[in-house]
Amino acid sequence: MTMLLSISGLTSHYGRIQALAGIDLTVAEGELLALVGANGAGKTTLLRTISGVQPATGGSVRYADRDITRSAPSDRVRLGIAQVPEGRQVFGPLAVEDNLMLGGYTRPKAERAAEMEKVYALFPVLAQRRREPAGTLSGGQQQMLAIGRALMAKPRLLLLDEPSMGLAPLLVEEIFRAIVALKKAGTTIFLVEQNARAALAIADRGYVLETGRIVLHDTGAALLENDKVREAYLGV
Amino acid sequence: MAEFLQFAFSGLTVGAIYALVALGFALIYNASHVINFAQGEFVTIGGMATVALMTGGGLPLLLAIPAAVMITALVGLALEKFAVEPAIGRPGGASVVTIIIITIGASIFIRGVVQVTLGKDFHRLPAFSGEAPIDILGARLQPQSLWVLGVTLLVVAALWWFFGRTRFGKAMLATSHNRLAAQLVGIDTRLVLLASFGLSAALGGLAGILTAPITLTKYDIGIMLGLKGFAAAILGGLGSGPGAIVGGIALGLAEALAAGYISSAYKDAVAFIIILVVLFVRPSGLLGGRSTERV
Repeated sequence: MTMLLSISGLTSHYGRIQALAGIDLTVAEGELLALVGANGAGKTTLLRTISGVQPATGGSVRYADRDITRSAPSDRVRLGIAQVPEGRQVFGPLAVEDNLMLGGYTRPKAERAAEMEKVYALFPVLAQRRREPAGTLSGGQQQMLAIGRALMAKPRLLLLDEPSMGLAPLLVEEIFRAIVALKKAGTTIFLVEQNARAALAIADRGYVLETGRIVLHDTGAALLENDKVREAYLGV
Repeated sequence: MAEFLQFAFSGLTVGAIYALVALGFALIYNASHVINFAQGEFVTIGGMATVALMTGGGLPLLLAIPAAVMITALVGLALEKFAVEPAIGRPGGASVVTIIIITIGASIFIRGVVQVTLGKDFHRLPAFSGEAPIDILGARLQPQSLWVLGVTLLVVAALWWFFGRTRFGKAMLATSHNRLAAQLVGIDTRLVLLASFGLSAALGGLAGILTAPITLTKYDIGIMLGLKGFAAAILGGLGSGPGAIVGGIALGLAEALAAGYISSAYKDAVAFIIILVVLFVRPSGLLGGRSTERV
């Protein structure tokens, strides 16, 4: 299998505090990878470092056979890395449609209309509320909008940071169904979750992150059966 | 009635100038949460550069004005590129307070350069289209006032179109609402910051040119105009475009009416009393901080 993303020895700091202590991780083209871990383990920092909005202090990030460790965030989006950030981060006062248009900021104008129809097909509720300010949507709808906005960039690698956070179980199911559908359509997905059970259940492979280090790595199914994982993250 | 109209004309004119300066504050604040204390110096450069281009360069007014706006915009771009960006770009990044102090330093520097190169005297620009006042219901309206109001309206319309209709305008707006999300969709937020300095400077320069035939211009005229523009921005709600316009006009009218009905000695105090009252009573300003976020 060819590796779309390979990270080696990656470190990142907030001031003097080390958030990532040498991460080694790969994502193969077309797979759904889950990263689980407790609060403060460094999951969000890792995704932000991959997107380039948090600087790496050491190690390297390679994507599609090129070194992007020092690339600008906008260049990484152009290369096909899109992120759905933690907490959704929609442009609240702007209309749903404007949020999606901005998601396609790096794409030619002609492509954007077609991509937007695809997003509306995936999340029809967004089409109904296209003219309303994003800030007036419910939490679940905002999450759909955040995913839709990332899809507008036509990503080859989609980074999802805690898409189930703060959502009712039914909505979590809907979001996860959409993620599986995206994977089937060929998008490579890197899913970061505190909801380890749901994430590992749909993942091909999974990593467990603790205090800035990868401590376990296996297939999703095997991790679900792993005693350490069951005890620490599944509450069994 | 005639007296009130007279005060209102002068208030609207001066208010339009404050609105332009306040819009400059809003643009840079939105892109970076920085209050640019060199905003007043952009006003100085606009007026003084026009004077210098006309008297020194022999350019006609019609050419000197766009050239001076361009020069001011270039100064704004240079300020961002050579003073602000290196501070933000260094490891760790400079805090907002550091950048604000950099803009204070830049304002002193610019004032000094203008003083050394163009002198400490008052300068005057000719009114754009004659000085014969127009009589309206017994009040006299200077033609230059119409220029100020007309150009301000045009600028507001152009900005409305830019932020509402163009791709880069929307990118600037998105950056002001959520910088992280803007970066994640591929907006070059550094370019947004650079553009906001260029645009702010152009607006400030334009304000300085429009007001020069009325208030004269001088190397330090920007100090007071900058502070008044800042007061207008606070009054309208820092970071709000419509707020900047409403704040500017309201401040201009309040000043003119206070000067007319109470005493012109208190004219400058009005702006500062308004800042204090707004900060005590409604810190988000008239139109600011109405967010529609739901968690």
